[in-house]
Amino acid sequence: MPLKRLIPCLDVRDGRVVKGVRFADLRDAGDPVERASLYQAHGADEIVMLDVSATPEGRRASLKTVERLRGVLSIPLTVGGGVRTLDDASALLSAGADKVGVNTAAVAHPPLITRLADRFGVQCIVLAVDAQRAAPDVWQVVVRSGTQRLDRDAVAWCGQGAALGAGEILLTSVDRDGTHEGYDLNLIRAVARAVGVPVIASGGASTVGHLVEALDAGADAVLAASMFHDGTTSIEAVKARLALRDVPLRLLQRSSIP
Amino acid sequence: MIRVDDGRGLSPSVPRVVIVPTGTANTASVVGALRRLGAHAAFATQGADIERATHVVLPGVGTLRAAMDHLRACGFDGALRERVRALRPTLCICLGMQMLCEGSEESPGCVGLGAIPAVAARLGADGVRVPHLGWSAVTWDERPEVAGPCADGDAYFAHSFAVRTPVEGWRAASATHGEKFIAALSRGGVLACQFHPELSGPWGQALIGAWLSTRESGGVECR
Repeated sequence: MPLKRLIPCLDVRDGRVVKGVRFADLRDAGDPVERASLYQAHGADEIVMLDVSATPEGRRASLKTVERLRGVLSIPLTVGGGVRTLDDASALLSAGADKVGVNTAAVAHPPLITRLADRFGVQCIVLAVDAQRAAPDVWQVVVRSGTQRLDRDAVAWCGQGAALGAGEILLTSVDRDGTHEGYDLNLIRAVARAVGVPVIASGGASTVGHLVEALDAGADAVLAASMFHDGTTSIEAVKARLALRDVPLRLLQRSSIP
Repeated sequence: MIRVDDGRGLSPSVPRVVIVPTGTANTASVVGALRRLGAHAAFATQGADIERATHVVLPGVGTLRAAMDHLRACGFDGALRERVRALRPTLCICLGMQMLCEGSEESPGCVGLGAIPAVAARLGADGVRVPHLGWSAVTWDERPEVAGPCADGDAYFAHSFAVRTPVEGWRAASATHGEKFIAALSRGGVLACQFHPELSGPWGQALIGAWLSTRESGGVECR
């Protein structure tokens, strides 16, 4: 099995990192390039950048920010926000993204996933699914940056998306986002069982214990934002503690450099 | 789009690298990595660019058929095959490594460049998630020719197909995703990586740096 990935997420609006609670009450959390450089230096395995105002504003994610991030990053960069067409995805990839996240437009028009995968390869297409609990062990899909809940089963949608060609699922619990209460573990278990592609757990992490729980529940990678933006802990410290709990990870000091 | 100039006026000591456009690959990460290493990157526009360059990078994502069709349509295939057969400094990444092979299960009937006597097969041992996306340990069976003193390390992979059988005449590194597969091959100035060195952090950056130090004669200058 590959090593477990720790992925800091940059929610970006107007060129600044923001973070809120349950997708609302956004507050400033710094410059994306400064944040990403710091996280990379501390051992982040990948960076996810989501332009949270792109879809609501009907535009694609900021290419300028993607270019600036690419200039400093020697780890994978996933960019999402406002991807509606092959041209949108192509522009993000040309600007320096390694993978593109698609959410609202794929829900509205699922064949988009297949067209993106055929053109750019499945390993390039991340299906971002925002899920909200509707009943015990039932979750519904939420779109438009958390503003619109649909009568569509989130677990079934993840399965359908993977079958259509998504190479990875970025699974966010809207209920837990920014709450520091821990991931929605039942949601992770259900989706990890439903798909054969990697699952990135997102929404609610604030402790090392939360990360371990999500990985034990079947996540291949854990994404966190508030936890690192707040500065209360660092990726380096978190990885060291995960390693003590026998989580297989990429550790910077292990890879010797010639 | 990352802009690439023609490199005129550069000091002769700056390594000049020609990147082969494959139609589907996003090359920004490769260009970024080369720039951070102080190299100059330009894109091939004709086969002769590949023939003349001291260092060539063949990146690649997408399907083998789409990439090979593009290489042939641009007239890049002959020059690439020649330089790999002559073991001149050539870095092949991900699908770029599979393009060097005879073919891949991914695109039945599609003929690769045939410089490596192997066929890429689909990953998918029991219980593993495909595509193989993420970091895995890379272990060299013996010291690679190209990468000089490069040691083992963790590399970033993004693929569903890989070479799984030993390749005669090449030094190999392996990784495991459910089952063991060939993570990299090295011979003369040629380094073929199934992983993405440009996305593999400081270790990957150092590997590209070692390859950039390779001279046409095949020797390695350690930095």
